[in-house]
Amino acid sequence: MSGDKGNDRNFMTLQFAAKSENESFARVTVAAFISQLDPTMDELSDLKTVISEAVTNSVIHGYDCNSEGIVTITAEIIGDTVTLTVEDRGHGIEDLELAKQPLYTSKPELERSGMGFTIMENFMDEFEVSSEQGSGTSIRMKKRIESKKALYN
Amino acid sequence: MNLQVEMEQHRKTLIIRLSGELDHHTADMVRMRLDEAIQRGQVEHLILSLKGLQFMDSSGLGVILGRYKLIKSKGGKMVVCEVNPTVYRLLDMSGLFKIMQIYDNEGHALSGLEVVS
Repeated sequence: MSGDKGNDRNFMTLQFAAKSENESFARVTVAAFISQLDPTMDELSDLKTVISEAVTNSVIHGYDCNSEGIVTITAEIIGDTVTLTVEDRGHGIEDLELAKQPLYTSKPELERSGMGFTIMENFMDEFEVSSEQGSGTSIRMKKRIESKKALYN
Repeated sequence: MNLQVEMEQHRKTLIIRLSGELDHHTADMVRMRLDEAIQRGQVEHLILSLKGLQFMDSSGLGVILGRYKLIKSKGGKMVVCEVNPTVYRLLDMSGLFKIMQIYDNEGHALSGLEVVS
């Protein structure tokens, strides 16, 4: 609620089939959850973009578009900071350093731009990937929300 | 599908207006429709008009870069116009403006292309 001390914790978990049609569902849902922090349009669009990138990675690379796979997102708000995790139990990433290189893609035949990790790194304050081949990938990202209210005060 | 494609041909230039959300899910349809139009018609140049584009991610970048390569291999040019600030940031970050001209509107883009063609 408004007028809190800024230390309240709030969270949500979202689980869905690794289908491309769920990418927009995921980013809209996360944006709706975060809107309680009163983010600016830019902040909201950054968060939607990183969720879209992470979920798309899980669908295409984690599960090779096999929709039996499950993607799990958690969003946690502590004070004015949002922590997002996007996890899959898919193939995992063979070479993480290579995957993080701008413009590198393991699937050029699908016309991927290779910018997913670069975008996540740029749009968030903190960004971490852990991945193990054969057991999945987890992405953890953090961003402080300036909030429109703070701008006016 | 929450993405619309509208196309209009001006002589040898194809104007492509995208509105809605360009992500991995909608990318395949956009790619198919554009390639079909490029192969079928007498298309030399492309103008990508993005006024109504509310969302785009790296899948969208892939579609744009793919069409750029296609039209360039045929000796043509591709330009973008009417780019909103959110999409601009993404295009800028990916270095797209190093290879593609950007114009305020379709009119300017058309006259820009006529000068080069």
